[in-house]
Amino acid sequence: MNAERRRLPAGGRIDRGRRLRFSFDGRELTGCGGDTLASALLANGVTLTGRSFKYHRPRGIQGAGFEEPATLVQLEGADDATNLPVTRVALHDGLVARSVNCWPSASFDLGGVAQRFSALLPAGFYYKTFMWPNWHWYEPFIRRAAGLGRAPRDARKLRYETRFDHCDVLVVGAGPAGLMAALAAGASGARVLLVDDDHSPGGRLLGDNAIIDGAPAATWVDGAVARLDAMDNVLRLADATAWAYHEHNLVLVTERSPEGPVFQRTRRVRARRVVLATGAIERPLVFDNNDLPGVMLASAVRVYVNRYAVRPGDRAVVFTNNDSAYATALDLLTAGADVAAVVDVRSAAPGALTERVRRAGIDVLAGAQVTTAHGGRRLAGVLLSPPGGVSQRIDCDLLCVSGGWNPAVHLFSQARGELRFDAVSSAFVPGDSAQANACAGSSNGTSGLADCLHEGSEAGMRAARDAGFDGSVLEVPPVKDDGPAAPLEPCWHVETPAGNGKAFVDIQNDVTLQDLELARREGYGAVEHVKRYTTAGMGVDQGKTGNVNVIGALAQRAGESLETVGTTTFRPPYVPVEFGAIAGQRPGPEYLPYRHTPMTGWHKAHGAVMYEAGARWRRPGYYPQPGETFQQAVNRESEAVREAVGMYDGSPLGKFEIKGRDAVALLELVYTNNWHNLAVGTGRYGLMLTDTGLILDDGVTFRLGGHRYLMSTSTANAGEIYRHLEQILQVERPGWQVLVTPVTAQWANATVCGPLARDVLTATGTDIDLDAADFPFMHMREGQVAGLPARVYRVSFTGELSFEVNVPARHGLALWEALMAAGEPFGITPVGSEASHVLRVEKGFLSLGHEVDGTADPCDLGLGWVMSRRKPDFIGKRAVDIRRNRGGPRRELVGLLPENHAELMIEGAPITPGGRKCASEGFVSACVWSVVRRRTVALGLLRNGRARIGEWVHVRMLDRVVRAQVTQPVFHDPEGRWLRG
Amino acid sequence: MLLIPCPWCGARDEKEFENGGPARVPRPDPTAMTDEAWVDYLLIRPSHPGALRERWWHVHGCGQWFELWRDTVTHDFLDAPDER
Ligand SMILES: [Zn+2]
Repeated sequence: MNAERRRLPAGGRIDRGRRLRFSFDGRELTGCGGDTLASALLANGVTLTGRSFKYHRPRGIQGAGFEEPATLVQLEGADDATNLPVTRVALHDGLVARSVNCWPSASFDLGGVAQRFSALLPAGFYYKTFMWPNWHWYEPFIRRAAGLGRAPRDARKLRYETRFDHCDVLVVGAGPAGLMAALAAGASGARVLLVDDDHSPGGRLLGDNAIIDGAPAATWVDGAVARLDAMDNVLRLADATAWAYHEHNLVLVTERSPEGPVFQRTRRVRARRVVLATGAIERPLVFDNNDLPGVMLASAVRVYVNRYAVRPGDRAVVFTNNDSAYATALDLLTAGADVAAVVDVRSAAPGALTERVRRAGIDVLAGAQVTTAHGGRRLAGVLLSPPGGVSQRIDCDLLCVSGGWNPAVHLFSQARGELRFDAVSSAFVPGDSAQANACAGSSNGTSGLADCLHEGSEAGMRAARDAGFDGSVLEVPPVKDDGPAAPLEPCWHVETPAGNGKAFVDIQNDVTLQDLELARREGYGAVEHVKRYTTAGMGVDQGKTGNVNVIGALAQRAGESLETVGTTTFRPPYVPVEFGAIAGQRPGPEYLPYRHTPMTGWHKAHGAVMYEAGARWRRPGYYPQPGETFQQAVNRESEAVREAVGMYDGSPLGKFEIKGRDAVALLELVYTNNWHNLAVGTGRYGLMLTDTGLILDDGVTFRLGGHRYLMSTSTANAGEIYRHLEQILQVERPGWQVLVTPVTAQWANATVCGPLARDVLTATGTDIDLDAADFPFMHMREGQVAGLPARVYRVSFTGELSFEVNVPARHGLALWEALMAAGEPFGITPVGSEASHVLRVEKGFLSLGHEVDGTADPCDLGLGWVMSRRKPDFIGKRAVDIRRNRGGPRRELVGLLPENHAELMIEGAPITPGGRKCASEGFVSACVWSVVRRRTVALGLLRNGRARIGEWVHVRMLDRVVRAQVTQPVFHDPEGRWLRG
Repeated sequence: MLLIPCPWCGARDEKEFENGGPARVPRPDPTAMTDEAWVDYLLIRPSHPGALRERWWHVHGCGQWFELWRDTVTHDFLDAPDER
């Protein structure tokens, strides 16, 4: 095999001494240091590099940067990554790459048969072909056939990082304008961050044969970079793309190859001023078979020749509507290629340039168009239609196209800057800024190199001044210029005779001119609709090359201006970003860390299955013993509490200490019942409502002293309650003297419950008198338990005798172990949240997220008695009154007993009249196996439920209807004798 | 992601704050209002493009609630208009 047969013997910014071996679709190839995968493939003469998304048509390489629409690759092994534009993969030794979307390889692709069925895949085909009878029948096949690459298998080994960053001036892009801007801003002493998405700085100067200051542009770039790197106040990042521009100048930049052990790093940069020097992206031209391998952007061909020393073809045709592609013809000639013709859409080809090209022996065909590209797996020739003449065929293996230039306005537009359509360049260019930024160079619609350098210098100086520094304009080096360019002639697509070829407006998503026409006929005329209906611009490349041609074609058909049609919305990310680079160092559960009680280690050592209890707290769900099923473990734990004694870790329960002269006033406002008469050392159940009269939370609050209270809340709701209380105190009642301190994590809580709870506490050793007469229900005592300072509360969430022992968190484990040891003779059993759930359902106690679902008010849940009639106002009172006065049926809390005693109904299952498929009249909020009733019991909310006790209702399960009898919502000890005992 | 000027801490990233919705008059006495007026107070919030007075809670900072004027179109924080 002829290795790198298309590599030029000299020139380029590559290191011929560094040979790199790589593999593509199983072929072993070589490249040079400084190559991208794309340039190395072209150097080896590999032109067929992929298959298209929908039709599996052969595709090659069209671009040279992030705009690449045609070839996406999958990297294997240590580089495992997918959907990368082939042009943005830096070559390294041992790289293994595959083209995505074809199997087994691009040149022998079984999916290619899809081309034969292309009539089945018109615009909107998702909505048409695959809807009947059910999309889900087709989805697996479509996903397999149409999906792009596969997600990395083992990404967690890679180290990602995110960090915040601040600077005075952020310059995006290190082309001629960006370098000048960074130099000017840097000279003022401002903190400058210069980011560029390429591996090497220089932007378009890397691909052009420009002369600056009498020397090749590369020399000037090297000098500018050296000056920047010598400034302490300038940080320059290469291979780093700014991909999102948010409010108040927050720009997200991801470095893909930072120094050190980090794989990728995202910087969240807050900049005082931003200079956008993001360059311009060349537009392709639209004609039949414009997707054949061998059709390339003219600017990309220049990059391959000048930067990578690769000749992408031997016999070329250049097809253009503007001046810039003439340089491609001359560069190809220098590289030893034969250039058959420059085909210029304009009837008046530019004088001076035409002369130069003709002198070099290249034919210039003015007023002509390429109508069709011919070839099988690669380009073999083009068909021309000269003005008024007959079609003419030219054989060639390379077609360089240029349809003009689109300024890369993506970030500017994300920052809500206005775009306007410039008739001279036929492109959308930046208008007024909406944030502290400015565009410079070709991203601003400026074309000449001298102008770009000047604009950069000016923008850098202004940015520095606006950021408060003493900036001045830098002298711009002299540039050898071709003089003013001749105007471009817009060409949104070539008019082709009806043929059987396809003219693509979006190469990546296989969207053709015919699809746009169909969408229009079917009533989708607005650009945002057309985008979604045809998927034009929705690929990984986001239509960087093709979108404006789509807008142009729509405008032409509608007889409107492009400005009227407008662009689709530019949204982040500008380039694909890996999830790891957004998440940073905190993958999986570390992203939002768990909270653990001091007893977590003990629970795990004793086999607990850990659950999340809300607000990221981890709590045991149940403690299965060897050989036990889930239900057996839950039954055993529940029975222990009902018949002997159990203990659970109640530490995650939300706790707030409330103190100050007006503490009781706060309680009176937020709770529905009375608090002014609560005696020191006692507690009361309280219900908190929203101002719209719905239940926000419930819990018990104790009075610790004169103006000191301890409020408990649901675990999951503690944050919300804190916000509620603080907002009242700071916004509504700023005059009140109350301090609220969250103390949830300060206390560890072991709750001993069951008929033998008192015996266990006595055996543990305490100086608190536990006798029921001295220490009744809803009272608290302070003292010693197991030699530890403790607060003991008599509250009960299980319906049994219960002591909630609280100690400072550091003593939590010692307390727990002491209670377990002392309780052993009594059969003390650790209990998880599953058993707690059973016990509370048996008692008909409410639970947040089950019965308290954000739509229930106190009366619905049988808690009307907790609402004070005496108080003129509390939060939610008026809304409850209004709702009650209006009348009408409400869903009310009831018990449900399924006909079949062993039936476990799914939580959330709807109750419907007769079990029919119709609007529900309620739902099952909880259903458990009751250890006291030896059958399943359930709670539910049912329309007019309280009036329907004794009735049979119907619960719809997934596969059947269950009959259940309506009962009172309590299944154990309705008088509450046990919990007061 | 806004940069929010906390009156106590200076400009800080939006991540540190929770939004409290449009600012309102202090909660009036419900017993002095008709049902309709009370329902309006509970449910009707100003929602228009342009200047809006909002509540913020600097929960991951100084813990203070405060109010700011913001242009909901441009996200610029504004000086309080004199008359309000
Ligand atoms: Zn603050």
